[in-house]
Order: sequence, then structure tokens, then C-alpha cells
Amino acid sequence: MAEAAVKTEVKREPLFSRRNRRLVTDPFNDNNPITVQVLGICSALAVTAKLVPAIVMALSVTVVIAFGNVVIASIRNLIPNRIRIIVQLVVVAALVILVDQVLRAFAYDISKQLSVFVGLIITNCIIMGRLEAFALGNTPWRSFLDGVGNGAGYGLILVIVAFFRELLGSGTLFGFPVLGKSTPGQETGLFAMGYHNNGFMLLAPMALIVVGVIIWVQRSFNGKLIEKN
Amino acid sequence: MRWDTNKNAYTLTFAAVLVVVVGILLSVAAVSLKPFQRKNADLEKMQNILRAIRVAVDRRDVAAGYRAYIEAAQVLDDKGKPIEHPETPAFHIDLATETKKPLAEQGLPIFKAKKQGQPYYIIPLYGHGLWGPIWGYISLESDLNTVYGITFDHASETPGLGAEITQPYFQDQYESEKIFDDQGHFRGIAAVKGYSDPDRDKKDDGRVDAISGATITSNGVTAMIRDRLRLYIPYLKELKMRNHG
Repeated sequence: MAEAAVKTEVKREPLFSRRNRRLVTDPFNDNNPITVQVLGICSALAVTAKLVPAIVMALSVTVVIAFGNVVIASIRNLIPNRIRIIVQLVVVAALVILVDQVLRAFAYDISKQLSVFVGLIITNCIIMGRLEAFALGNTPWRSFLDGVGNGAGYGLILVIVAFFRELLGSGTLFGFPVLGKSTPGQETGLFAMGYHNNGFMLLAPMALIVVGVIIWVQRSFNGKLIEKN
Repeated sequence: MRWDTNKNAYTLTFAAVLVVVVGILLSVAAVSLKPFQRKNADLEKMQNILRAIRVAVDRRDVAAGYRAYIEAAQVLDDKGKPIEHPETPAFHIDLATETKKPLAEQGLPIFKAKKQGQPYYIIPLYGHGLWGPIWGYISLESDLNTVYGITFDHASETPGLGAEITQPYFQDQYESEKIFDDQGHFRGIAAVKGYSDPDRDKKDDGRVDAISGATITSNGVTAMIRDRLRLYIPYLKELKMRNHG
């Protein structure tokens, strides 16, 4: 019965209906996986010391989460309830290994930059969270949109954190020295005037503090997020 | 048709089918991508060897560059004597497996290069960082003491911290450092804390600046250089006598 109801609903709904568009846009603000659901913090701390790895990581997570959602949503009525977590893990692990192998064969340099963190996508709480909370009860197309939205929402925070950490910690953006050269003895730009990089920004705790500041800023603009006591 | 997804038999069958499907998919992917990955790895190895003698080549031209600069590759035994017909040629010796053998059975690869008429000796390095293996190549000038160039790489060090050993600002410090002290005792090159050290640019103290926040990786680099080069001392000493005698 439930299956039939879902099918008729899909027929009536256009691909990019308002409800479906919200699946993609919600995770950017009202339902951001990092700042609102507080998931995926671990990798947000680990890969955000520089912008380039943060962006490639965001793309890889988006690919895995979108296709993981599609696969799980397509077989959601066949998955035995008691082993559903294991099934989700197997699907995610297979996708992550595929992404890793393909990167290694055709984008060798990027795969080297991300090193261990590609494998660690498996343990990203956002992915399991979306599979369990969304893909198990929705159609593949809606699950795909939900995956893309959550991957992008995760990536957005990663890029913001990486921007501040790379700028303040290394004085560069995408590896380009935007604040001048910091080489001792031949400083230019800000460094010539006595500015120093904040080495603390390179350490994981500062990423947590930056995420905290982002949450603060977001909540001061978005009243919906504030709990009423 | 509608199955009862709560039955044990169904659960077991589903799990079995899933594992077989995923297994086949991943094996096919691994086998079909293997040649591309191996080619990438070989080219990267050549690129790293060339980088040790400060030759930067694009991945497309690396095979030609390797033939142009590398004159000979030898495998030494643990006494420093060249092995006539080694089981595995020097280029294909994988230090990850080689270092697990007892020392007497290990082959020590060494590459001889010629750049602008000058001979250089390139020795592969292999050791352990924080999360996994680190490796690299070090090239010595004809005095078999002064470092001409060095390159490091790693499997899984933290980006922004330990992974910085691949960056030029770290590797460039090793240039012109000496692996033997003034008395001719082997010492290696240590990566140590203390960027404010006024002696940091001295080239005769056998020390370079370590990476902040990556102490274990830096210590791994120090140990790797010391432990690998130590094995080549008999060969280097004999070669030095021959060159000067």
C-alpha cells in the first residue's frame, strides 16, 4: 500500500518542484549538516588547513552521499530491517573505494593530496545520517537531491573554515601568497611590516573554534535556529 | 511479488547477494584500473628520483628525462658490494617489502646520475611517519658527503601538518647539509625544533628546522635518513677511497 501511494505522488510532482528544490537549499542554512545538525565535524577539522583539499573533499563527499542515497533509496523496500545499517555501510564503503580507485587511476595528484581522508569518508556521520533519515523513506530522485544538498551544505562550511585557516595560518589562498612572502629574511607585503602567521590556525582546535564562530554568526541572522526555552 | 523482509532466510540471502555483487563490482574496478595506477606509480617514482637531483619534469616527459639523466642503477648487498645479477632490478625494488626481510637478504638500491657533467648518487629512503610510511630520495654530490637534493613523499600524513614534508620550503633546507661530521663520523641530518635558532642556516651542523605541529613526522624523517643511509656507509667509504686514491 505504502509503495503505491509513493508512486502516484511521484507522477504528479515535477522534477524540480518547490518541495524538491528545498531539499537542495535547506542544508545551506536552516538545516546545515555541520552548523545545525553538528555532524561531520571530524573531517571538517581535519581537511580544512588548506582550501584545495577542503574543496576536493567536499566534492568527494557529495558524490558518495548523492549516489549512496540513490542506491539505498532504490533498494529501500528490499533491505531487511535488522541489517539495514550494515547494508548502508557496505554500499557507502563500496562507493568510497570506487571513488578512491578512480582518483588514483585518473587524478593521481588529487588523490595524493587527500590521502587518508578519502577512506575516512566512510565514517562521515552525515552520510550514514542521510541514508538512515532520508533515503530509507524516499524515492531515489528526492534522495539524490537531498544528497547533493547536504554534500554542498557540508562543503560550504568546509570552504569557509579553510578560507580563514589558510589565510590566517599560512598567509595564502589556494597556495598563492596573498599577504606577501613570509620567507625569513626576504619578507614582502604585510610580513615586511612585522605581521606573523598564526600557527595556531593550522591546528585542529582552531577549526572547531572557527566552526563555533560560524554557528554564532548564523544564529544571530537566522532566528529559526534559536531554541525557545 | 512481495517478500517477507523480516524472515531470517531472506536476511541471509539478501546479505549474501549484496556481498557478492559488491565484491564483483570492486574486483572488476580494481583489476581494470590497476594498469593505470601502476603506470602512475612508476612515473611518479621516476619523477621523484629526478627531483632528488633537482630536475623537475612534467609527468608526460618523465620517462625521457629519466633515460637522459640516470646512467646506472645498482643493487648492493649488506656489505656494500654490488650484486652482479640482482633478482629484482634496482628500480623495481619496493622498500616497503624489502625492509621487512632480514638485513642479509636485503638488496640496497642506488642510482647513479650525471647532470651537467657532474656525477650524483641517489639513495632511496623509506621510514615511518605518524599515520603510515614515508619515503623519499636523497642525492649526494661527488664528495659522497654533501647533500645535493632531497625529496620526500608520504602515504597518509595529515594535510597541512605532516604532509608538508613534500613542500619545497622543507626539502630545500637539506641542500648542502652534510651527512658526515668533521671527524668523518656518520651523523645523518636531524629535523629539530627551534626556528628561532640563530644557527638555523648553518650547513655544517647536520640540523634543519622541523615542521610545527608535526613532531612525529619530523622525527620519522630524521630516523629514515639516519637508518637508511647508515646501510650504505661501507659502499660510500669504499667509493670515496677509490675516487681519491
